[in-house]
Amino acid sequence: MIRDITIGQYYPADSVLHKLDPRVKLVGTMAYIVSLFLVNNVFGYLAAAVFLLLVIKISKVPFAFIVKGLKSVVILLLFAVVFNIFLTPGEVLIRWGFLKVTKEGLRTAAFMGIRLILLIMGSSIMTFTTTPNQLTDGLESLLGPLKKLHVPVHEIAMMMSIALRFIPILLEETDKIMKAQQARCADFESGGLVQKAKSLIPILVPLFVSAFRRANDLAMAMEARCYRGGEGRTKMKPLRYHKPEYKAYGVVVGYLALLIGINMAVSLL
Amino acid sequence: MIGGQDKLRKRQLREETAPEETAPEKTAPGSTSSGSTSSGKRSSVRTVYRNEESEPMKMIDIKKLIYEYTRRDDEGNIESVNRAVDGVDLDIEKGDFVAILGHNGSGKSTIAKHINAILMPTEGAVWVDGIDTREEERVWDVRQAAGMVFQNPDNQIIATVVEEDVGFGPENMGVPTEEIWKRVEQSLRAVGMIEYRYHSPNKLSGGQKQRVAIAGLMAMKPQCIVLDEPTAMLDPNGRREVIKTVRELNQKEGITVLLITHYMDEVTSADKVIVMDEGKVVMQGTPREVFSRVDELKARRLDVPQATELAWELKKEGINLPDGILTVEDFGKAFEEYVNTNGGLK
Repeated sequence: MIRDITIGQYYPADSVLHKLDPRVKLVGTMAYIVSLFLVNNVFGYLAAAVFLLLVIKISKVPFAFIVKGLKSVVILLLFAVVFNIFLTPGEVLIRWGFLKVTKEGLRTAAFMGIRLILLIMGSSIMTFTTTPNQLTDGLESLLGPLKKLHVPVHEIAMMMSIALRFIPILLEETDKIMKAQQARCADFESGGLVQKAKSLIPILVPLFVSAFRRANDLAMAMEARCYRGGEGRTKMKPLRYHKPEYKAYGVVVGYLALLIGINMAVSLL
Repeated sequence: MIGGQDKLRKRQLREETAPEETAPEKTAPGSTSSGSTSSGKRSSVRTVYRNEESEPMKMIDIKKLIYEYTRRDDEGNIESVNRAVDGVDLDIEKGDFVAILGHNGSGKSTIAKHINAILMPTEGAVWVDGIDTREEERVWDVRQAAGMVFQNPDNQIIATVVEEDVGFGPENMGVPTEEIWKRVEQSLRAVGMIEYRYHSPNKLSGGQKQRVAIAGLMAMKPQCIVLDEPTAMLDPNGRREVIKTVRELNQKEGITVLLITHYMDEVTSADKVIVMDEGKVVMQGTPREVFSRVDELKARRLDVPQATELAWELKKEGINLPDGILTVEDFGKAFEEYVNTNGGLK
């Protein structure tokens, strides 16, 4: 179950999107997320969904693989939807005890659900097509101006990329620890929420210990390979804008313009 | 020469004034030791210059190395001192394949960490390619000259794509981009992992991960690689893969190899074997010499290669086979000879 989490993983494939400069993908993803919060009507969501489907098609990442990533956030999604259905005031459709379902509630819940799904899929398509190292480079370059304010941009970026690299390893380890404890009759399934949370402690303790040991080893290995911070470092894959990058920026701007256009048209009607 | 000594004096000054370093720590205990160590330092540095001028420089030169792990309590008082390495002298020539054998806790990994300047000697000194590892500003030269492969294959791969990981070292060294690409390709070819260059390290086997780690070092163009129990977490296939790769690098590229291990079968083709126990070098010589002394090895609870063990057992039973049998082929030959000369088994 734990291995199903695909968020933050890289999916190697040979596509235009994979080759694109990470900065474009970062800016594009940010623009897409903002656009999802600007939209307030069905047509807008339709346009956003179609745009996302096209991007997924171009990326050559299997659709099923992206949907798998949604599984891990199903609970969060349900929460958002259920709360919106029951807690939005407005025209009452069904009343059941103190719970009531309103027309506005259904509408916001549906929009909220779609918005979250698009948001997660949209941002996961970025991590699927960008290696963590590229992502780091992109972030470092985009946040570069903050260096003047003494923000340790390179260090933050490095930390992020290492965290991403160790997600699958630590997940695997969690799986192992759970199995080892289940073999000794540990019970993670039954009991209430408190009981379940308590039974996680014996998993977290060894996981933390091993994570610290790994961190120590990794730091040593990085130093042994002459890592000494961002200064004087060259890049194996330096970031440069070429034609495809400008085209991609054009597509993003076009998409935003389209959405704003739809929004205005709907509000005028 | 004079300029060099001037620089040296400056360095000593810096070492003596540096507050948190190991250098002042070693001069602290005992009043007499402070004078003697500083003079020792001066003479040892002179040998470096002598080396540069006349005789060929040793790849690794360890003189009277002592390293102590000091455990302190909350107030900073010394709780216990554990001497991990106790007066080791060692030198390794360029192009050699040297293996260090020993139990857990025999001090073999501590020595490896000294060669990479991860640890600093408590007493004595370590030179890598003529550079004293205590020279702070040349730490990166030391690490570039002597690369290190660690035990756990997962904890030393930084990137999520094989080729990016191999490029990590050269990136840190400030190598220009085109040159990095060249080196990445060369070193991946050298370890036979070129077809995996776009793969994720998570999908590789343990042996393949270690080969990627070795490629990562090769891209830094080291003269020497130190492998600290590289096969301890691998299956037999992975072990064979890694040892074969290392041996090829030693023979084809002339890389000096220092292999630290506790698997006897991995060291039979080394040029030199060093056996360590309780922080001291207890035996050294060619594999044939070392493994002829089966009784001594047994007394130190160390194994010998299987063929050697069999020959030794047979000898105890009165079948007089020669000493120093290392491989199955050796054994077969010796045994055949024995049977021929004695006209069969008694």
